[in-house]
Amino acid sequence: MKVRLKVKRHDPEAHGGQASRYSDYTIDVPEHITILDALLEVRDYHDGSLAFRYSCRSAICGSCGMRVDGRGRLTCKTKVTDLVKTEGQEILVEPMGNMPVIKDLVTDMEMYWSKMDQVTPWLQPADPGPERENLVSHEAMLDLAQTMGCIHCGVCVSDCPVLEIDKSFIAPAALAKAHRFVDDPRDAKTKERLEELSAVKGGIWDCTRCNMCVEVCPKDVRPMDRIMQLRELAVKAGVASGTGARHGEAFVDSVQRLGRLDEMRLLPASVGLWNAPRLLSEMPGALRMLRAGKLPWNHALPWRKPIAGIKHVRRLFDRARREKKEASS
Amino acid sequence: MTVIKHDVLVIGAGLAGMRAAIEAARNGADVAMVTKLHPMRSHSGAAQGGINAALDEEDSWEAHAFDTVKGSDYLADQDAAEILAREAADNIIELERMGTAFSRQENGRIQQRPFGGAGFARTCFIGDITGQAILHVIYEQILKLGVTVYEEYYCTSLIVEDGVARGVVALPMMTGNLTPVQGSAIVMATGGLGRVYSPTSNALACTGDGMAIAYRAGAPLQDMEFMQFHPTTLKDSGVLMTEGARGEGGYLLNKDGERFMEKYAPNKIELASRDVVSRAEQTEIDEGRGVDGCVLLDVRHLGEEKINERLGQIRDLAKDLANTDIVYEPVKVRPGAHYAMGGIKTDVHGASPVPGLFAAGECANVSVHGANRLGGNSLLETIVFGRRAGEAAARYAKEHASPQPLSESVLQRDQALMSSLMERSHRGDGGDRPAVIRGELGEMMHHQVGIFRSREGLASALEKVRELEKRYQSVRLEDTGKVFNMDLITVHELGFMLDIAHTMISGALAREESRGAHTRRDFPERDDEHWLKHTLAYDTPEGPRLEYGPVTITNWQPEVRTY
Ligand SMILES: Cc1cc2nc3c(=O)[nH]c(=O)nc-3n(C[C@H](O)[C@H](O)[C@H](O)COP(=O)(O)OP(=O)(O)OC[C@H]3O[C@@H](n4cnc5c(N)ncnc54)[C@H](O)[C@@H]3O)c2cc1C
Ligand code: SF4
Ligand code: SF4
Ligand code: FES
Repeated sequence: MKVRLKVKRHDPEAHGGQASRYSDYTIDVPEHITILDALLEVRDYHDGSLAFRYSCRSAICGSCGMRVDGRGRLTCKTKVTDLVKTEGQEILVEPMGNMPVIKDLVTDMEMYWSKMDQVTPWLQPADPGPERENLVSHEAMLDLAQTMGCIHCGVCVSDCPVLEIDKSFIAPAALAKAHRFVDDPRDAKTKERLEELSAVKGGIWDCTRCNMCVEVCPKDVRPMDRIMQLRELAVKAGVASGTGARHGEAFVDSVQRLGRLDEMRLLPASVGLWNAPRLLSEMPGALRMLRAGKLPWNHALPWRKPIAGIKHVRRLFDRARREKKEASS
Repeated sequence: MTVIKHDVLVIGAGLAGMRAAIEAARNGADVAMVTKLHPMRSHSGAAQGGINAALDEEDSWEAHAFDTVKGSDYLADQDAAEILAREAADNIIELERMGTAFSRQENGRIQQRPFGGAGFARTCFIGDITGQAILHVIYEQILKLGVTVYEEYYCTSLIVEDGVARGVVALPMMTGNLTPVQGSAIVMATGGLGRVYSPTSNALACTGDGMAIAYRAGAPLQDMEFMQFHPTTLKDSGVLMTEGARGEGGYLLNKDGERFMEKYAPNKIELASRDVVSRAEQTEIDEGRGVDGCVLLDVRHLGEEKINERLGQIRDLAKDLANTDIVYEPVKVRPGAHYAMGGIKTDVHGASPVPGLFAAGECANVSVHGANRLGGNSLLETIVFGRRAGEAAARYAKEHASPQPLSESVLQRDQALMSSLMERSHRGDGGDRPAVIRGELGEMMHHQVGIFRSREGLASALEKVRELEKRYQSVRLEDTGKVFNMDLITVHELGFMLDIAHTMISGALAREESRGAHTRRDFPERDDEHWLKHTLAYDTPEGPRLEYGPVTITNWQPEVRTY
């Protein structure tokens, strides 16, 4: 079949000339091929100057993350026919977002890797350990295996909206990695890890739960769900102090009152209404989120009414409280 | 000239390289890794099925060693196979304690699955992402130890002065400026060469670089004619369907729905060793009992739950790349080029005959796999012999540290090559694009140096590779930039591939017998009297010069092999 690709180019060595442009390619390829195969075909037979990363072509090495048709994707796992619905439809290929571009589709992942370093990315076992292997349940290991399935492609980081406005956010992949250690029965530093993840700037409380990382992840790591589990564990462990916990309370308050998230109020409520410096520092981000339609400002207007079914929501809250009381008495 | 300098340099950051680096660091050496891919992108991550060790009380390392030697068709050095099997358990336990999430039994101990050619279920695994799970844990240890990693540095050659290895030349892909990297000991750990074939289960980066680099520097390559064809690779892409699929109970069927392996290996059936299964499949296909040039791998009877837990990755791969959901239908598979038994000759400490040069992992040949490797033994080899090479390299570096700087001319040869490539492209003349030569090479290797071989086929292959070498002299580069020039890397890798292919063809043409994965139609029997010996290939301007060396036999005299 004929495939049309529009590829964003970036030439770091362009002197004076235009560093960024688009190249169009039309290639003739078998039906079953992936976007990566198509790019390799271009590189091999049409334009040898096109640069991109690749290796395994089987969705395991994490080299080939790109933005395709506006969304982060692993190109060796995306078939051309997944995207092309009508004959002659063009596929737009760009480098991943939230990272500087080195050349064409190759991004600088330094930031990605440095975020990993922030979560003490190795097991911290009890000392001394057992003589042979640790005796742990099969289920515990299976759980780990799903988070460990992360191939560090960077696609979730590319598309995470928080990172667009706050570079300090540890971001989905590294937080999922953190979860992998918190969730490991062999790790002896669970509480310390949770404390750190909760207190640190850009930690678990900064995710806006937009679900983007879950949607784009090619390996079903579900980073957002991991972050939510970390929040829960942090609260349970009693280490969710400061911004985080306040954020949680504000969250509950908002849902109870309005039946929805009041993002405009959430921010002042979580950092503290009188914490002017922090509030100011968040302003540019908040404004950009507003512009991008990520902050539903009209929800915050004082005359906004609660949602229609607010009664039910409140009833749910009452019931949860009752049950909790009963359970603890 | 700025020179980077460390005690021990490890070239390649797959499992073998990282395990070597960890051990060298533990032994007090200042270690650095030079790698063309980020460590976590290494092809070790693609290993699916598992890693072997005799852990069960009823199993024994001796039984593991025997299975390995038998699997090798008696070409393995038995002292090395014994070390591999004996040191396996401790190394696996260590991996577990570093954090590897091995699948468990009810009692919490590591679970094991049966694998081809093994007399006991001794393959430890993490679903079907064993390689990735171990690779990530080993990399975590590299971070913990703070080992220096020169990432996306493509190594082009070894620096040898007065017969001693003293460093490497590398091309940092970010800048494109060739750089000398000095080290008192160098450990080559660059992995496999599968890309010499088309199709193959190997990653696009598996181009045999380290083998060719060592070969060009005077080190002999051993047993290069032995290439493993994995019985279950996908039709179009060559992507692997793990042996674990059969280990868990999957069937191989021909077009009549017959479990044909019952004819070829009545005892082990689908779990005979890989050379046996691949030959059987090819025979079925050649005799008209295949489907679309393939046979069928059927795991439906295992049920969705087990498939998701144990074979989840290959379910996804078959869906994505072959449009088949293995829960509901059998998937078409065929034998595909998979693993290089041959490599840089080393002793059991990873030392090559070139002083200062060590090697470990798939690019090395100790030799534990002989003429045919057992599944689950090569991940084990990377760990056991990576560790040994790292330790020996650290010791060597301590004893042989030299204050003498590298000579000013170390970059000359590589620089000359790069400039001639660039100039040719600027002038606009030049011959084939690398993909054309690579395509013809892969096809030729597949047909003439594949599962079944013959003198005529190999002779024509020899002629062809010489022709391709000549055409390579005027290969055409299109990207003339410095920054991240993937076109240049591809062209350079192709040079390595041609050298490697040449040694494989020469070795295969000379070896007039059938042993393990090397099957000559014109010499169908194993011939211990004349050929129970290792092939050693040395680089000369006319192509490889072959010599032969003895095989170490300790406990097991060669016998006829049946499964
Ligand atoms: C699909 C597949 C599945 C497999 N499954 C199993 C299994 O289940 N069990 C088992 O035991 N074995 C398995 N194997 C085999 C096993 O995975 C490999 O033999 C082993 O992982 C090789 O490890 P390595 O460290 O030697 O090389 P690799 O992991 O390939 O690492 C090579 C390293 O060298 C670097 N490098 C290469 N060239 C250069 C250069 N010029 N300059 C700088 N750096 C360079 C690369 O960047 C990389 O870091 C499988 C193989 C494949 C292909
Ligand atoms: S859910 Fe959270 S971590 Fe994931 S993309 Fe959205 S903001 Fe980022
Ligand atoms: S979590 Fe998913 S998307 Fe993010 S880096 Fe890992 S594999 Fe890629
Ligand atoms: S090429 Fe390895 S993940 Fe796509």
